[in-house]
Amino acid sequence: MNYKEIQNILSKFSVGIAGAGGLGSNCAVALVRSGIGHLVIADFDTIESGNLNRQYYFRDQIGKYKVDALKDNLLRINPDLKIDIHKKMLNSDSLISTFNDVSVLIEAFDLAEQKERLVETALEAWPDRPLVMGVGMAGYGKTEKLKIHVSGNLYICGDGIEEIGPDNPPIAPRVGIVANMQADKTVELLLKKYR
Amino acid sequence: MKLVLNNRDEVFNGDQHTISEIFKIMNFTFPRVVVKLNGRLIKKPQYHETIVVEGDNLEVIHLISGG
Repeated sequence: MNYKEIQNILSKFSVGIAGAGGLGSNCAVALVRSGIGHLVIADFDTIESGNLNRQYYFRDQIGKYKVDALKDNLLRINPDLKIDIHKKMLNSDSLISTFNDVSVLIEAFDLAEQKERLVETALEAWPDRPLVMGVGMAGYGKTEKLKIHVSGNLYICGDGIEEIGPDNPPIAPRVGIVANMQADKTVELLLKKYR
Repeated sequence: MKLVLNNRDEVFNGDQHTISEIFKIMNFTFPRVVVKLNGRLIKKPQYHETIVVEGDNLEVIHLISGG
C-alpha cells in the first residue's frame, strides 16, 4: 500500500482516547499525522507547567482544558479532522456512552486504579474491539524493555514495570515512545481490519 | 495440577484452586490487575469463587500508574 492509500483507509476510522496527558496527547498527534479521520478524546484536567516536559501542549496553553488545547493543536495539523472532546471524569457508564462508536479504544490514563476500571468496563462492554493500553513508561533508558503484551483483543504497550513516582518521573522520550507504540498498533489493527 | 500462568507452565499442589488462592500461593500482591482465565475477563469480586483447574490458561497482568 502506498501512503495515499493508507491515509485514505485511516480517514474512514474513528478512534477513542481516554486521557489527554503524556500518552493521550502524543498518541493523538501521531494518529492525526497518520491520517485517522475521527477522534473521540476525554479528559477532565487542565494544563500545568509541569506537563510540558512530555505532553503535547505549549506554554501559552497553561490553564486551558487539555482537550480544548489538544483539539486546537490537532486541527493545526489537519483542519479536516473530525474531533469530539469530552471534559469529564469517566465512570463506567459515561465511558461506555462516550466511546461506544469507535473502532479502537486507547487507554491513556495516569493512575493504575483508573486503568483497572477502564479495562474491566471496556473488555466487558466491547469484547470484540481492540483495547490498546499503556503500562510502564516512567524514567529513562531501558528502551529494550518496551514491548507489546497481547492477550486476545487487549494490547498492553510499555515495560509493565516502571511505575511513576517521585524518584521515577515520566520524561518525554520514554512516554513518547509508548504513546507512539499505541498509535502504531492502532494503525496496524485498522489497516488489517480493512483488508 | 499444571497451569499456564502468564505464558509459563506452573505446577500447583491439589486438583483445583480459586484465583484468590493462586494469588496467595504465588505471592501476588499487586493492588491493580487484569485477570483473564482462558481468555475471559475475571473481575475482582469473582476471584474467590472462580475455580482454576488443570490445563487452564491464567493471565495476571499488573497495572501500574503512569501516562
